[in-house]
Amino acid sequence: MRTLLLTLALIPLALPARADWLNFRGPNGSGHAPDITTTVGELSDQTLAWQVALPGRGLGSPIIVGDKIIVTAASGPEQQQLHILCFSAKDGSPVWERRFWATGRTMSHSKTNVAAPTPASDGERIYALYSSNDLICVDLDGNLVWMRGLTLDYPNASNSLGMASSPIVVGDTLVAQIENDSESFAAGFDLLTGVNKWKLDRPKSANWTSPTILNKDGESIVALQSSDGILGLVPATGSSVFTVAGGASTIPSAAASGSELYIPSNGVTVVALGATGEEPKKVWNQTNQRPGTASLLVAGEKLYLINNAGVLTCAKKESGEVLWEVRLKGPFSGSPVAGGDGKLYIFSEQGVGQVVDPSGEKGVVSSEVELGETILCTPALDGKALYIRSDGHLWKFAGK
Amino acid sequence: MKRSLLPFSLSLLLSLAVQAEPWTAPIEQIRKVGPEGAGNTEAAQAWSALTALGPEMLVPVLTAMEGASPLARNWLRTAVETVFDRELAAKAPLPGEAIKSFVLDRAHEPNARRLAFELYAKIAPDDSATLIPGFADDPSPALRREAVSKLLAEGKAQLEAGDQEKSLATLNAALDAAREVDQIDAITKLLREKLAQKVDLPKHFGFLSHWHLIGPFDNTGREGFARVYPPEETIALDAGYPGKDGKPVKWQAYATPDDYGKVDFNQPYGPLKQVVGYAYTEFHAAEARDAQIRLGCKNAWKVWFNGELLFGRDEYHRGQRIDQYSLPVKLQPGKNTILVKACQNEQEQDWTAQWEFQLRVCDATGTAILSTDRQPTPEKAAPARRRPAKSE
Repeated sequence: MRTLLLTLALIPLALPARADWLNFRGPNGSGHAPDITTTVGELSDQTLAWQVALPGRGLGSPIIVGDKIIVTAASGPEQQQLHILCFSAKDGSPVWERRFWATGRTMSHSKTNVAAPTPASDGERIYALYSSNDLICVDLDGNLVWMRGLTLDYPNASNSLGMASSPIVVGDTLVAQIENDSESFAAGFDLLTGVNKWKLDRPKSANWTSPTILNKDGESIVALQSSDGILGLVPATGSSVFTVAGGASTIPSAAASGSELYIPSNGVTVVALGATGEEPKKVWNQTNQRPGTASLLVAGEKLYLINNAGVLTCAKKESGEVLWEVRLKGPFSGSPVAGGDGKLYIFSEQGVGQVVDPSGEKGVVSSEVELGETILCTPALDGKALYIRSDGHLWKFAGK
Repeated sequence: MKRSLLPFSLSLLLSLAVQAEPWTAPIEQIRKVGPEGAGNTEAAQAWSALTALGPEMLVPVLTAMEGASPLARNWLRTAVETVFDRELAAKAPLPGEAIKSFVLDRAHEPNARRLAFELYAKIAPDDSATLIPGFADDPSPALRREAVSKLLAEGKAQLEAGDQEKSLATLNAALDAAREVDQIDAITKLLREKLAQKVDLPKHFGFLSHWHLIGPFDNTGREGFARVYPPEETIALDAGYPGKDGKPVKWQAYATPDDYGKVDFNQPYGPLKQVVGYAYTEFHAAEARDAQIRLGCKNAWKVWFNGELLFGRDEYHRGQRIDQYSLPVKLQPGKNTILVKACQNEQEQDWTAQWEFQLRVCDATGTAILSTDRQPTPEKAAPARRRPAKSE
């Protein structure tokens, strides 16, 4: 009995405080983590916990798996060298690094980079995708589990400007959009072996958006965005569940909120999933709301979008009615994220991190920090912590 | 009978001896990884077995990269680095001399040698630096790059010190050694602008500057990419055909003076849209050998070599650079034919005006292979004289 009590008493200590941020824009690939009830709160020199140098550039965000921070990079004169790097969340000390030679084409526009997609995780393994279409799985200790060279398998699958769509794990499937002007496809990969579970032809059109996850009656549906619109799939099989026609942006991604999807399409278009077998119903559309590069964000009852002029618009989620606008220090390539306390975090291309407090009648920038380096990615949130990567460093901010 | 059995027995004995090494079977397993994830599960087990070994596995696994597929090389590479990093952190003895010998043996796989050089630099940084000048004619482009960087830095320093003679010799040596575009550009800039030297860049790269062009054919709706026009069926340089809108088209000679071999269809035909053009040339090889055709093109394109389609790509205006695509070929002695199809689409933005490509012939290291009858690079036209204003 005494042993049992002791064991029970130790359980909370043994369980890691998991507020993992496992892929691009965290939960459901949508940027909002309601379970993180208290975010870092302030971005300033005082909350900067540590920074570590990276061996190469990248646009992919860091992800958080337990006490490990994972980030990818590419280096070398032609970006042929691919890196997966693991750091300690506590102090930024390196845990392990794995390097690979790219097997696909590494050409990209000079602004972007071969390490543009954010890696994904299922909490046990890391899945790193690069613009060269190298897809690599390692476990949390850096042991190689599998590797695919998707350009070796599908030689015309590439984009000379660079690919950027980030993969996501849904159930026991890794979903990735390898969409481009030529050999364009999406696929579901087996988590343990990397083999195709399904592969689907996609519109022959360059596409930098990433999948998001909708939840309907306890089932996850993955939404693939493209210039054609939205295709909803069963992640394990690739079977079509629904389509939303009318086209959609190929740069900013949609945001999912339960069974509703907020799509950068004809401005902003919102659809709600109906009963099984029914096509989604349009909830509202606002043609005058024009998201720029940053993806949409739904947090609580509010929708946020940032246009190409750096103006952050807050609108009512249920109607699209604009509540307020505030001009931020842009321009932005990364997207805003938010936790359960509603505060928004975003970094400009010039490396200015900004916190927007939306709790009043009008949103206010409550703090900002200048990192002095180019930042083209989206931050990752943990309880009272935020991670961001610049061209040269990985940074952690920690609240008090 | 005995004589015929002897080689078999020796082979068996050798095989058994080789298989006795703990890395042999895992290496073989990893080398079996195939397309679409085939062999991943077995390779992961083999990778675990390899990384459980000590530093004695490093050189054998590096050696095994020769002839391995790009995927298998990555499996082997990460195994090497995993063991090396672990042993280095544990301050265990590492086979530095064996790794150095591996670096210096040019028969090994080029990327493996570069990796070995990086490992050796961690063991013996000072000694590894002394190896760099010897890489100037190395078959590994990544090692050669180190030597070129050093020569370039020396040439710059000599220039800054006012020693133009020494700088010229150093920079010429750097250019001879350089195979990568950024380094070639940096050296050429110094030679031309600081030392008033002529540099024949097309010859250095191996760009093909002399072509025959024909066009425009129709590419309305981007359908011309798949459509077979007469040049794809037969090359008859004196023939004429109906082109776009039925207008007659015929082959014409074209030579480009461009430093990077750009063949610009807009020059003879004007800034057309929704059109297809073909370029044909012949390349005379001294001998049969492996080579690469390297292409840069931001239009949809196809390339035929000796009448065989090598590759085609229907992407428009996403970017162009030297060596964007590498297409392996086998040169035959004497005449080889190259046909390029370049398609222009309907886009009207300024950045979609280009209807061009650049193509060179080189070996796997990027070293130019020149046609035995290579014609001199065309001289660039002198800048047009400004017409005096009436008031002048």
